[in-house]
Amino acid sequence: MTAPGTGLHFKATKTLHTASGSQLLDIEFHLKQGSLLALYGPSGAGKTTILRILAGLTDTNTGYIRMNDEVWLDTGNLTNPSAQPRTDGNLPTQPLPGTRHTRLPTQSRSIGFVFQDFALFPHLTVRQQLEYALPKNADRQMVNDLLEMMQLQELQHRKPALLSGGQQQRTALARAIARRPSLLLLDEPLSALDDEMRFKLQDFIAKAHRFYGLTTILVSHYLPEIFRLSDDVIVLENGRIQKQGPAPQVFLEEKISSKFRTTGEIVDIQPADIVYIVSILSGNNIVKVIATAAELAGLHVGQKVMIASKAFNPIIIPLS
Amino acid sequence: MIDWQPLWLSLRLAVLTTAILLLLGIPLAWWLASRRRQWKAIVEAVISLPMVLPPSVLGFYLLLAFSPSSGPGRLLDHWLNIRLVFTFPGLVIASVIYSLPFMVNPLLAGFRNLPADLHEASRTLGKSDWTTLIHILLPNLRAALITGAVLSFAHTIGEFGVVMMIGGSIPGITRVASVAIYDEVQSTHYPEANHYALALLALSFSILLLVYLINHRHNKSPL
Repeated sequence: MTAPGTGLHFKATKTLHTASGSQLLDIEFHLKQGSLLALYGPSGAGKTTILRILAGLTDTNTGYIRMNDEVWLDTGNLTNPSAQPRTDGNLPTQPLPGTRHTRLPTQSRSIGFVFQDFALFPHLTVRQQLEYALPKNADRQMVNDLLEMMQLQELQHRKPALLSGGQQQRTALARAIARRPSLLLLDEPLSALDDEMRFKLQDFIAKAHRFYGLTTILVSHYLPEIFRLSDDVIVLENGRIQKQGPAPQVFLEEKISSKFRTTGEIVDIQPADIVYIVSILSGNNIVKVIATAAELAGLHVGQKVMIASKAFNPIIIPLS
Repeated sequence: MIDWQPLWLSLRLAVLTTAILLLLGIPLAWWLASRRRQWKAIVEAVISLPMVLPPSVLGFYLLLAFSPSSGPGRLLDHWLNIRLVFTFPGLVIASVIYSLPFMVNPLLAGFRNLPADLHEASRTLGKSDWTTLIHILLPNLRAALITGAVLSFAHTIGEFGVVMMIGGSIPGITRVASVAIYDEVQSTHYPEANHYALALLALSFSILLLVYLINHRHNKSPL
């Protein structure tokens, strides 16, 4: 645990209206300053709603949000028995004195939000989007730094309509960071991209997260992404936290919603272009799986692993 | 020799009315579009009334309201020494009310068609609603702004019934082109009436042509 006052404290209840009727979102978690949390779960579980509540774009039934020393939301009715969430979390069951009925508007919260469809401003060029996001009196050099980090210099005078999906995503990420937020919220930003682009952009996210010392929450459906990027993962189902912890721990203990899963031993690792082909002996069969260099970290010949697949390429998870 | 004064007066009236409507219409449409509430339908209906009401009905009630012998007109006359009946300022106010839907409705449709996350994205970047309106929303509403301004302008140039009721036909003060045509016809001065009528016809056609040209350009090129 970090000292009280640092990181993010989140606790909220909200009635969700989904296609399958209404259900109660009831979530509580604490996030260390500088860490990256992944939210995972089926659609309709409330992942995006949590980000929107954090950003102040969606209201709650009850709620308490504190980022470092600043209270963003305190509905003051957390002790209301009908809305009382679990009490095993890290939050004070009573809000801090004198902070009741706080609701900081979105523009006063130090957040960066990357929307699922990026929400770029159609009339502004890449550079202008970043300049707009820059706080008053901020060093304008930051725009150049971000353009360079996201490899957008060549495209800086283009408008969004003339950018590819990956370029739009990088612009949206750079714009969210230009605002110098303490909390970065990413709503499935990579879902529209092909695998190769995903890997590249995961690196951008990791780089920006570390470089700017951000606390980051990433909504993702994609396990390799979660394994690569996150310190912790929260699995949501029906508006509640099912599991919480580091990704390997969360996903190995229990059946994940994978279509295919088997165990085996790595017998060979061969480079092929920019990826590697990993041969795994599973029973009497050799399974060949493609992995990136980053995914290979910690894997070696002779190691026992689990292979799981959801929809695309299987992922390899060490068991020993 | 044709007297240009009525045409000049019509132009002045239309420019002033359009300018006031822009200042009034943008916040009004934005407010109407911001959150859907049942009772806002009443406000929308009131704003759109001049589109369906005979201009003489509107003119009649405005005449009653502005009349220095009763109601608001009396208060204005008594406290501020302002008269609105048979004066140019009276015409401007009546025109603003009469053309309000032609400004507000295109803007309202424009605001509602903007993706909601443009506004949300701007707020997450720490920008106030006002900054968002000026720097993000309005630049993406160019087509609606142009349509609203041009329609209000054209509608004001073309109004007759309301002007007649409120302003009468005082040369140089309230005798706009449309009223002048009526006067000339009454006096069987057909060539003079034709001058004004032709001028209005040419003006109206040019304005509409401009709108369609702008719309065509907007549809072709990405923003």
